[in-house]
This record gives sequence, C-alpha cells and structure tokens, in this order.
Amino acid sequence: MALDVADETTAELPARRTRSGKELIYRHTLLVRLAHWINVLCVVLLLMSGMQIFNAHPMLHWGIKGDEADPALFSIYAEDQLEGPPIGWVQIGAAKFNTTGWLGVFRDRDGFPSGRAFPYWITIPGYQSLAEGRRWHFFFAWLFALNGLAYLIYGFGVRHFQRDLTPTRYDLKHIGRSILNHLKLKHPRGEEAKRYNVLQKLTYIAVIFILLPLMIISGLSMSPGVDSAAPWLPDIFGGRQSARTIHFITATLLVLFILVHVIEVLLAGVFNELRSMITGWFAVKPEKADAPRSKP
Amino acid sequence: MTRQLITRRSALRGIIGTGGLVLSGCDQLSQNQTFQRMLAGAEKLNLGGQRLVLNSSTPLAREYQKSDISRVFKANGTIRPEGDAYRNLALAQFSDWKLQIGGLVNKPLSFSLGELRNMPSRTQITRHDCVEGWSAIGQWTGVPLSTLLKLADLKPNAKYIVFRCADDLIGSRDGSGLYYESIDLVDAFHPQTIMAYAMNGQTLPVEHGAPLRLRVERQLGYKMAKYVMRIEAVEEFSKIGIGKGGFWEDRGYEWYAGI
Repeated sequence: MALDVADETTAELPARRTRSGKELIYRHTLLVRLAHWINVLCVVLLLMSGMQIFNAHPMLHWGIKGDEADPALFSIYAEDQLEGPPIGWVQIGAAKFNTTGWLGVFRDRDGFPSGRAFPYWITIPGYQSLAEGRRWHFFFAWLFALNGLAYLIYGFGVRHFQRDLTPTRYDLKHIGRSILNHLKLKHPRGEEAKRYNVLQKLTYIAVIFILLPLMIISGLSMSPGVDSAAPWLPDIFGGRQSARTIHFITATLLVLFILVHVIEVLLAGVFNELRSMITGWFAVKPEKADAPRSKP
Repeated sequence: MTRQLITRRSALRGIIGTGGLVLSGCDQLSQNQTFQRMLAGAEKLNLGGQRLVLNSSTPLAREYQKSDISRVFKANGTIRPEGDAYRNLALAQFSDWKLQIGGLVNKPLSFSLGELRNMPSRTQITRHDCVEGWSAIGQWTGVPLSTLLKLADLKPNAKYIVFRCADDLIGSRDGSGLYYESIDLVDAFHPQTIMAYAMNGQTLPVEHGAPLRLRVERQLGYKMAKYVMRIEAVEEFSKIGIGKGGFWEDRGYEWYAGI
C-alpha cells in the first residue's frame, strides 16, 4: 500500500496534520479524557491507601472467616532473629521468599529496619495509620465509582464501547497476527493505527467490565453493613475473607495492566500518546511502503 | 556552548524526586485539617448510602452454624482492664457489678448480672469483622438492648446511646482514655443489638469483655464496646471525650463503621 492510497481514503475526514505532515485524528473525546485522568488519580491513591489498609492485617484467607490463628493463603511478615536485623518474608501457599528490604522488613526514612508489610514509600499515608488510610480509600473509592458510572453511561450512550472496543469477527480471526505483532513490539501504522487492535480491545473490555467492577463488589463485600443488606454479595466470592483475597488479587492484576499499559505507551511514542489523552488528537504514522526490494 | 543535558539518570532522579515530593505531600495533606474534612465527607456518603438500604427493611446480619464458630476467636484491644476496681469486680465474679442505665431516660435503672441473665435473651452466631481486616465467628447470648431501653423509657430528645466502659487503652490516670462508644437509635433498636453476657455457650471471658459487651452486628468490631459499666442516652456526643463519639473515633476512625 502506498502512502497516497491512505491519503485518498481519509481525505474527506476532518483530520488535521502535524507540521511534519502526519495525519492527526481526534481519538479521545473530552469525557473519555477526563474520566481517564480522574481514574489515574483514583486508582493510584486507592492502590497506595489499600496497601496501608492491608498492612493492618498483612495476610489473606479463604472462606468466611480468618484471623492470625487461621491458615493464610498469602502473608507478608517479619521474623525476628536472635542476632542481627529481622528478616522479611512473603509467603504464598506453601512457599516463602526472603524479601528483606522490600516487603516485611525495610529501611524506614531514618535508615532503621522497620517491620511492616508494605514499605512507607508506597503507602498513603507513609506512616502507619489505618484510620487515615481508610479515609483516603473510601473518599477516592466514591470518586472512582461515580467516575466509572459516568464513563459507562457515556460509553454505551454514544456507542463508544460498541464502536471502538468490541472486537469484530475480522479482529478475532486475526488475533494470532496481533499477538505476533505485540511480541515483536510492532505498532500498527496507517489505517490500522486509527483503531484499537484486537488485544487492546479485549484487554480494555476485561479491565472495564471485569476487573474494575470486581474491585468494587469485592470491596463492598467486606462491609458488614452492606453484607446484612445483601448477603448474596460476599456469597459470590465464598465469604468475606475470600472477597478480601479477591480484592487483593484484582488489585494485583490492575497493577499488571497498568505496567503493560504504560510500557506500551512508552513504546508506541509517549509524546503522541499523551497528547491524544490530553488534547484528543493522535498522530497516525504513515504506512510504510511494502517491503522494498523483497523481489529482485 | 554550555547546554544542560538532561541525561537519563538525571531524568530518573527527577522522577523519583518528584515521586518523593508527591508522597511527602500526601502525608502533609493527610494531616491537613481541611483535607481531612474533605476525606471525611465520604463517611456521610457511606452512612447515607447504607442507611438507605439498611433502614427500610432492617435486614439482619447473617447468622451462622455452630460448626462455623472460630476455633480461636482473637481477643483484640484491651484483654484485661487495669486497676483495682475492675480486678475486685472480676475476683467476685461480678456479683457486685451493676449495669447502670441513665442519661435522657424517664426511669434510670440498674441491673445485676443475675437480673440480666433472667431476662428474655437472644442467642446469635455471627461474624465479627475487625477494622484491621480479619473476621471471626462466635456465638453470643444476651439481652436485646431494645428491651433495656424500653424499660428505662427514653426521653423524646434522646438520639444516641453511649456505652461507658471499664478499660483504658492508653492507661490514662484521669480517665480520659476510658473506652466508650456510641450508636444511633436505628442500631440500638435493631433486633440483633444485644448486651452479651455469654460467648460460645460459656460465661463471657474477661478478654472478650466480661461481664457485659455490646454486640451491634452490622458494624465493625471497635463499635462493640467491651467491659460495659454504664449505658447513657444522650442528645449529642460532642461533649464526651474528644467529641467524635467513641474511643477510636476520637483517634481518627469513622463513627459510622458499617464499612
């Protein structure tokens, strides 16, 4: 495909051009951009205050009940030594890992070994305060939920989800190629760059319709008040402690998503991607001419 | 030509530095009064939202089977109140103890443990959720608080029920650290809100609040005051303690602990 073909097909679209001649398309509407940045703020603060809350009981259980006397699926703890500084451990099932310096035991601001699950530099507030951590968490949980609700209503209303995020049959048929392109860190150009690719679509759908709602309902399931009004809610997960564990696992999956998301933004061109999420305008890289000199 | 180059390392240092600023900024914000009030605004939403679903149909907290009861029920907070007064009461198996009911009531009353045990009781196996995140299941037997409040006959301006306790978690000499709690009348008259004198079929042990503790099952553990000595009906709690409605509330926890 030559460059001019792409130019012809998009000639009638209200596109702008960058100074270097790249086509600019209006990719993200104002509400999507706003919702995105409010979400960034909320998710970061929720994760950090969530780790503060976790520190108050740094272990996870399965079922209805669970405390220090009960078996833990996962825990972060400090083990005192007869001599020398304590050791930090992360226990997952039957396995345990020495995480001294990072989790369980770390150097505090003054350089002394401190025995808490998550270190001060990743929790909100930095010092230990379950009460303040909860305040931050619930405030931003409300903002996060209301923002998500507005985004969902808008997304269905203007058919953003149906139009931009639902994979087409063509998409699904060519999922193999998309996986290959991702593995080779190849980013689409030209017409293809104007749409989300199939892995992107599936990931966004999983985050928007599975992970984030799961975060909210597993969180609500931990409330004794909510549980009395809706006993079926913790039952979905198999009990309050299971809900707490799933809240933590979902948060971990979200962190994983954010990592991949940010890495992809960096790889795909951080300036262009940031511009599109701030101003809405995204520059499409022109399609390369077909592999030159592939035939003699 | 001296142009400052932004090296990768200095950029990284910049990013980490900014991160540090943001973080210590969070700590400062966390201690800022106005910001605290803003964050606490969400508590009103929690209370409002939950009262909306809880008020209309007074749903009960789930009750469990005997087989669900925790083998070890963690005793949290005070596990043995200090001081001679409590020790003497405990040594005499609380035979000299009396529960006082006063404040905004028409008939101030007092009950001995024996009198409470002879009143109609309620037994419930419920899940105890600590604000720290753990849960334990126990069986509680006691007198419904509503029975006691009806006998004492609340005055019309009574809005909250305050529980005065024997334990002092901070070991204050002047009694300013004495545990106390407060609930509103919605929770006070809830059928599962009981003054429990027995746990798992046994006399309530000292570490769980002997002789009498509050069970208010749709709330978190810190609302369920142990070692209750006196029950008071009040119009407002702003003049009690630091004025937030409870020992932990005075130390930053939410008054409404349904979440």
